[in-house]
This record gives sequence, C-alpha cells and structure tokens, in this order.
Amino acid sequence: MNENIIYSINGPVVTVRDTNAFSMMEMVYVGHKRLIGEVISIHKEATTIQVYETTTGLKPGEPVQPTGGPLCALLGPGILSNIFDGIERPLLDIEKASGAFIGEGLNIPMLDEQKLWDVTVTAQVGQTLSGGEIYATCPETALIEHRAMVPPDLTGEVIYAAENGQYNLNGVLVKLRDANGQVHNLTLCQKWPIRIPRPVKQRLPITKPLITGQRVIDALFPIAKGGTAAIPGGFGTGKTMTQHQLAKWCDADIIVYVGCGERGNEMTQVLEEFSELIDPKSGKPLTARTVLIANTSNMPVAAREASIYTGITLAEYYRDMGYHVAIMADSTSRWAEALREISGRLEEMPAEEGFPAYLPSRISQFYERAGDMVTNCGKEGSVSIIGAVSPQGADFSEPVTQNTKRFVRCFWALDKSLAYARHYPAINWNTSYSEYLDDLEKWYSKNVDRNFFKRRQEIAALLLEENKLMEIVKLIGSDVLPDDQKLIIEIARVIRVGFLQQNAYHKDDTYVPLLKQLKMMEVILYLYFQARSLVIKGIPVSSITETGLFDSVVKMKYDIPNDQLERFNEYYKEIDQKLGALK
Amino acid sequence: MSLQLIGLSEINGPLVALDQVPSAGYDEMVELQLQNGTTRLGRVVQVEGERVVLQVFEGTTGMSLTNTRTKFTGRPMELALSPEILGRTFSGAGKPIDGLGEVFAEKYADINGKPLNPVSRQYPRNFISTGISSIDCLMTLIRGQKLPIFSGSGMQHNKLAVQIAKQAKIAEEDGAGFGIVFAAIGVKNDVADYFKRSFEEAGVMEKVVMFLNLSNDPIIERILTPRCALTAAEYLAFEQHMHILVIMTDITSYCEALREFSSSKGEIPGRKGFPGYLYSDLASLYERAGIIKGCKGSVTQLPILTMPNDDITHPVPDLTGYITEGQIVLDRDLDQKGVYPPISVLPSLSRLMKDGIGEGYTRVDHSAVANQLFASYAKVQDARALASVIGEEELSPTDQQYMKFGRKFEEHFIAQRFTENRTIDQTLNLGWKLLSLLPREELDRVDPELLNKHYDPAGAQSLEPVAEETKEEPK
Repeated sequence: MNENIIYSINGPVVTVRDTNAFSMMEMVYVGHKRLIGEVISIHKEATTIQVYETTTGLKPGEPVQPTGGPLCALLGPGILSNIFDGIERPLLDIEKASGAFIGEGLNIPMLDEQKLWDVTVTAQVGQTLSGGEIYATCPETALIEHRAMVPPDLTGEVIYAAENGQYNLNGVLVKLRDANGQVHNLTLCQKWPIRIPRPVKQRLPITKPLITGQRVIDALFPIAKGGTAAIPGGFGTGKTMTQHQLAKWCDADIIVYVGCGERGNEMTQVLEEFSELIDPKSGKPLTARTVLIANTSNMPVAAREASIYTGITLAEYYRDMGYHVAIMADSTSRWAEALREISGRLEEMPAEEGFPAYLPSRISQFYERAGDMVTNCGKEGSVSIIGAVSPQGADFSEPVTQNTKRFVRCFWALDKSLAYARHYPAINWNTSYSEYLDDLEKWYSKNVDRNFFKRRQEIAALLLEENKLMEIVKLIGSDVLPDDQKLIIEIARVIRVGFLQQNAYHKDDTYVPLLKQLKMMEVILYLYFQARSLVIKGIPVSSITETGLFDSVVKMKYDIPNDQLERFNEYYKEIDQKLGALK
Repeated sequence: MSLQLIGLSEINGPLVALDQVPSAGYDEMVELQLQNGTTRLGRVVQVEGERVVLQVFEGTTGMSLTNTRTKFTGRPMELALSPEILGRTFSGAGKPIDGLGEVFAEKYADINGKPLNPVSRQYPRNFISTGISSIDCLMTLIRGQKLPIFSGSGMQHNKLAVQIAKQAKIAEEDGAGFGIVFAAIGVKNDVADYFKRSFEEAGVMEKVVMFLNLSNDPIIERILTPRCALTAAEYLAFEQHMHILVIMTDITSYCEALREFSSSKGEIPGRKGFPGYLYSDLASLYERAGIIKGCKGSVTQLPILTMPNDDITHPVPDLTGYITEGQIVLDRDLDQKGVYPPISVLPSLSRLMKDGIGEGYTRVDHSAVANQLFASYAKVQDARALASVIGEEELSPTDQQYMKFGRKFEEHFIAQRFTENRTIDQTLNLGWKLLSLLPREELDRVDPELLNKHYDPAGAQSLEPVAEETKEEPK
C-alpha cells in the first residue's frame, strides 16, 4: 500500500496529498511521534487533518497512519474523580510519563486498565439484552455505582455471564450473540465517538429544577434538570466563580467540569477545593462525583475544540445509567475561538467577526444534547448544560453570545458594575431571564411552598420598580422622591444586599436551601408591607430606617444558620414591635 | 547534518519563500547568510511540500533572490541557559549584546516552552507585599500570579513597575534566590534606560536578566522576545529554584508585531485586524507563570500594556484580561489629579487574592476591609455622578460623607510616595480609618465584631490633609 505522507503543515493543520485512505472525522496518528489528529476535510487532491498536539518539528514526508475509526471517548469506570485533557487523556498519567510539562506523542491508556473493580454481573444466560440495558454494576466511587451498559447499537442473547468478582477494565463479563449469530464480548468499558449524541428512548418534558442553593438563581432565574443556561460576562465579573459554586452545590448526581481554554491555576484550584469539600447530602468528598476536563489556554487549540464534545459524551454516558448530570463548560467562547482559529487555517470564508458560518449550528448541536430523558435502560436521567460565555469587550452583541442566547433557555447576564461594587454573584436581575418559570412552578408549589412563586413575583416586581425609580434618582437625587417611592428604594436595597448578594466564602451563605430562601423573601416582604402601611399613614421613611430594621434584615443571611429556620419568627416580632412603636 | 541552500524564490515583507527544500521541519530555525557576511535568523512558518515559508527576524532589507544562503539548523529556536545569565543583557532574539561574549550554556531550551500540566501546578497562595496600599489591600499580588498593568501612553506605569520590583518581597525574608527577568518589547530607548538605571540604583542589577527589543529594532524579533524571557525565567525558577518576577513591557507592541506578521502571511484577520489566534498566542505567554509542585521557585508575571486610546475593550487588554489572573488598571483622571500611583481601584482585581489573604497570610480582617472599601468607593462614584448634576451642596448628608470619603481615600490610600513602603498593617489600619469616616450602618460588608474592634470615627479625624509632597523626579 502506498504510504500516506505529510505534504504541508500550517500550525495545527496538516494536509496529506493524493490519498483516499481516510474517512471524514477519522482519528489518525501523525508523524514519527504519532501525534493524535482528526480528519476534518477530504478533497480529491488533499486530505486535511487537525492535530491535537503541538506540531513543532514535524516535517513533510513523515507518515500519517489511519486508525479506521472516529475520535472516541473510552467509557467505563475510572472516569470519576479523574482529570483529563481535551481528548480524554488522564493528566496524572501524563505527568508520570513526561513530568510537569506536557510532552508530545504520548501513548497513554485513557483509563486505568490494571485496576480491579468489584463487579456484580446482573445479566443471566438466555436473557435478551438490547442497547443501553445494564448487564453489570460496580461501585466506582464512594457515591456512584457504575452501571455497564450494552453498547447502544447492539442487541442479542446472553450466551455467557461471568461470575461476580474482581475484574479489570477489559475482563469479559458477558458474551452476547446478535441476530446474525456473531458473538460480542462485553467488558466494563465501551467506546463512543464524541461528536455523535448517544441515543435515548424518549425525551421528557421539563419538570424538575436543578437546585443550586444560590438565591438569585433558585428564586429569580431557576434552571431545570435537563435544561440549558448561559453565563455571559466580561472578564472579572465572576463567571468562573459562579460555575465553581454551581459545580459544588447543585443537586446533580454527577458533575462534568470542562475547563476549556481557561487558566491553569483555576483548574488546580478546582482540583484542590473539590477534594477538600464534602458533599452535604452524602458526607463524601465532592471529587467522588466530579470529573474534570482541563484543556487550558496554552494547550493545543484543536484539543480545546474537542474538549467540549468529550465532556458532553461523558455526561451522556452517565445519564444513560440513570443519573442526573450537570456539565459546566468554561468557557464556550474559547471553544468558538478554537473553531475560528482552525477555520482560518483552512482558509474558509469567514462570517461574522471571522467566526465560521457554521458557528450557530455547532452551538445549537451542543446545547441540544441537554435534556431530561428516559434512557434505553428505562431509567430517567438528565444532562443539564451550563455554559460560560466570555464576550469580547463585554459586548453582548458579539456572535457567540447572540447565538448562544438563541439556543439556551436560561440567561444569567453578569454585570461589570455589580462586580466592581463586589456584588457577587454579579447576575444582573434586569437583563437575565429564565424560560423555565412556567415549567417549574408546579414543582415549587408542591415541594417547597405554594406561595414560593408568588413571593418571587413580588420581589421581582419591587426590583423592577426600583430600576425605574433609579433613572429618576440618577438625575435629581433620592431626596425629592415621595415617601412611598423612597421606601421602595430602601426595600430594594435590602433585597439586593440582603438577598441577591451571596457570600461564597461564608459557611452558611455559600449554599442556602430553598425553604430558607422562601423565609427570607417572606421576611423582606413582611417588612415592606408593614412599613408601607405606616408610610400611608404619613410616617416618614427616615424614622422607619432609624429603627435599624432594614439593616438587621439585611444581615439575616448570616445571622440565621441554615438548620435553625424557626428563628425567622424573631424577625416578625422585631418588626411588629419596632414599627408598632412608631404608630 | 545541516542543509544549505543558495538563493530564494520570493521575498514579501518579513517573509521569504524557498522552493525545492527536501526536508524542513515546522517551526525549525534557519540562518540566512547574506553576501556581505551578516547573518540573520529566521523560522519556518509554513511548509507545503517542497516549498517553505520563512520568517526573518531581523527583516529582509538588503536581501535579494540571489545573494542569500539559507542554512536549516534542524532544531526549533533554542536559548542558551546557565545561571550566569543573571546580570546579562540580551537582544530580543536572545543574543548577548552587552559585549561580554556568548553564554557558556549549561543547557539549551526550546523557547516555545511546553504547556504546564494543570495537575503539576501548585495553586498560588503566598502573598507578596509590594508596599503599595492599593495593591496590597485591594488587588493583592500572589507569588506565581500573572497580574498585568493596564495603562495608557503617558501614564506612570513604568515607575509603578519599578516600585513594585524594588519593594516586592517575593522571596523569603533573607532575600535569597530572587531574580528579575525584564523583557522590553518594542519600547523606547529611554524607557529601557529608565529600567536599567532604576535596577542599578536599587543595587539589584546582578539579579536581573534583560532582553531588549527596542522600538527601532526589527519588529518580527518582538515575537521572540517574551518567549526568550520566559524561557530564561522558567529555567531560573524551576531548575535554579529562584523566585522570578518577569516584567514585560509593552504587550501591545508584541500584539502589533504579531498582527503585522499575520497580515504579511495573508491570514484572515479577526477583530481590529489582529489574527484569530491572538488569544491562544497570548495564553502561550501568560500561562507560563506559576509554581510547580515540588519546586521551590516560582514565576510571577507583571506584564505592562498600554491600552490604545485608553480603551479597555480593545482586543489586547480584553484578551489579556481573560487570561491573566486579574489586572491593575491605571486611570488618566487620577493621573492628571497628580495622584501617584494612579490606580483605578474599581476595575482592578486580583483573582488569586481570596486565597492568599486573611489569617495566616496577612491579617484576619483583610478581606472585610477590602470588600467594604470596594463597595463604598463604588458608591462614591454614584454620589459624584449625582453631584455633577445637582451640585454637591444639594446632596443628602450620607452622600456628602461619601464624597468626603472618596477624596480622603484617593489622597491618603491610593496616593503614596515613590519611596514609601507601607506594611500590610499600616495599609489595613489606614483602611479602617477611612471607613470610619462613613456612618456605621453604611458598612454592610463587615462583620459587627470587626466593626466593634476597628470602627473609630474619632480616630478618622486624624487624617490630616496631605501636605504638599516633594515631587518625584519625572522619568
């Protein structure tokens, strides 16, 4: 066979001439160093390959080897608690192989092949299994049971089932004979091409919230399990911080955190913090439910493009087992920029701001992989996607933000001026929105309180009113406002400082249960309505503020521990007493 | 074996093309020898079959299609390294220019470096005291951090960088193992001189490695300058176990060189004509700051960039801000008011600060003071905006107190002398004094306990109006 050799090299893009040995999206090994690459376009004369590692020193004439299959993720136990690069190579093993700096052409198994797992085989000889059905389980971490599933495209009869016991990744657990009489060996792991969504039985309507413990999200702009959200914000507005908070506290079973083209130190921080943090529900370290994908900004750009897909494939795999998975992508703008960079190297015709014309379709394909599903094994599982967007110059009209906005249903806009005032999370309540309100109202009424959404509405209305008044205040100052409007300004300050602002470093305030959120809203509203009745009677706002009630309500988030909610009653007494004295 | 070829096929700006090159590696270094005996360096930037495009660092002036011999070295660009580079001065491409001869190399390292594995990094936590109140209190510098200074033409960023370099206690108390790597990227001769003189005056010159690419030096060489500097820094930090502060000025010139190079290569431009890969390219520089587990040394970066037209949304500051761990923004209004250092507090930020301050690092009340100062100073801006419409006399009493707080904050806290080195205790106490100018109920970011301890309206009166300071010599 005629050997395929490199013809030209331009950054991460390599071409091979006059060959028909490759298929689209096939994974290839490039050069003597065997760098990993992927075929991205095929013409009669030239085949174009993007290389996931640095191409320095590569020469024309070096061989390119096809592998016969697309770029795949290896799915099996050992994924959780691990940290991978953009093409699922474990960074800890890379460190062992090449030291602190990442070398090239390392051929490292994606998952630990030696480790033995305590496997319980659930399939029985004679049983018919179809794609997605579970044939064995093993405890993967202290929190998560791993369920080995028949690859989605396979159906057949079990002709062999191994004994329960200890097996490594490649130990044969079940032999399946398909309709053609062909026998397939099923082990603990399987491969799946990262760019193709894994099939499910059925998509369910959105009904359940993804509870995050962050007041501005849960109360004002909730996200659903299986939902999508975008967090756009300029630099320094706290995108990463918000993502970290969600990864720590949201009530998903599994977190996939994709650090896509972001800072190395941030990933180190996630690693360190998560191993110290304890999951409040199970008492186990948070790393037991987390997988990290770190393709930092200085790592090869093509692998950055792949990292998002690797992340979502891992997420779908766990969803198929029947878990609720949340994936944090920080940041999708870096991914879009990787698309742009590669598109530029291919000399494609650019659309808006140099981004390729297929940017919107790629973004929508990614977000559409979210959803609450009935999986092929009959369980319910969901993937929720929370993507950070880093608009250039904090300008939300740029293509990535605009296109993301079209395909997500939750939009948490981060605001520079809030961040400057150190109001965190800096989610602007005037420009953010959630389309899940109607879908989730039922759940909130049933599981928290039937008044939750009513209270939410009242709080939102007050904030809106304040926003209008601030226009006037900016021009002429607050002194000239009538007292009832002054009261709105005061109470809105309480809402902003006492409710929306949340301290990630305070032991109680970092995660707030829904019931406490409701109680806080109720106290604020009680104070408002009581104060308003006084104002109507002609008592000036200044004398109400002098009671110090506003400030004591602002501090309730710190003063009341999450497990002593009955102490909220003290506030009602205090309000009645102090306001009663004014009458 | 190295290969030599005579003649060129095409010359276009800083790029030359050669045909019929049997074997050239991507990113390989080449030496171009002209007939008059001079040698220039170049790099392979594109390979297409037997056609190779080279980028010539010293420019193509005087080259013709026939008078040049090209030698392929077979290696990427490497820098000669040894502990002796301390105290030396190099050109932007890493050649010694101080007349002391070549470096006797202990090793050669590829200047492009390799990405640092995130799992090998150690999360930076050690506070560096710079002696500058606004930085220490509000945007604390951490060892292993990359914290750029966003400035504009004509502002005193160089002076500030020198003051930080002089006062920063990067290393342990004994001062051992501390070094500065200075990269001048397309800056004026005067600026390079100013840094050199300042290092000499501070008596640290034997701890400084300088890489100079001045504004009249070849533009394409600028693409190499920060890479050479960072390679030297990584070597000193991770192999010689020193704490290295890298000062790079001016990143905007670097990006403009990259833009020029990109457009001469005929690449599709992105925003403002900068290449689409500007983010990845800048990241390959900035991400070379950090600490490796098990290594004693560290690389801390202090890049300086001038924002064209003071526009923070320009692609260079914008992309930089997305990569670096915070930024120190200088403000022209403050500068014109005569406040030095003219640090614009609100947009400035240090992302690593939260883990490097507080008990065990600085002082337990540090984050409370910093948050409250930020929040209060943000309100000062609102009060000022209002005052500019309705006049200061018409403001409510609280807003008037904010106006006063704002003035005092700028006079006492932000402003300080070039030679003034404040300890963190002095800085935080000053912060409390300023906060005490405000009514107690306005301080909503602070724990009541801390307030009881530090809130002292009487003590705040002791903030005297600033006496006319002796002006620093202008640089």
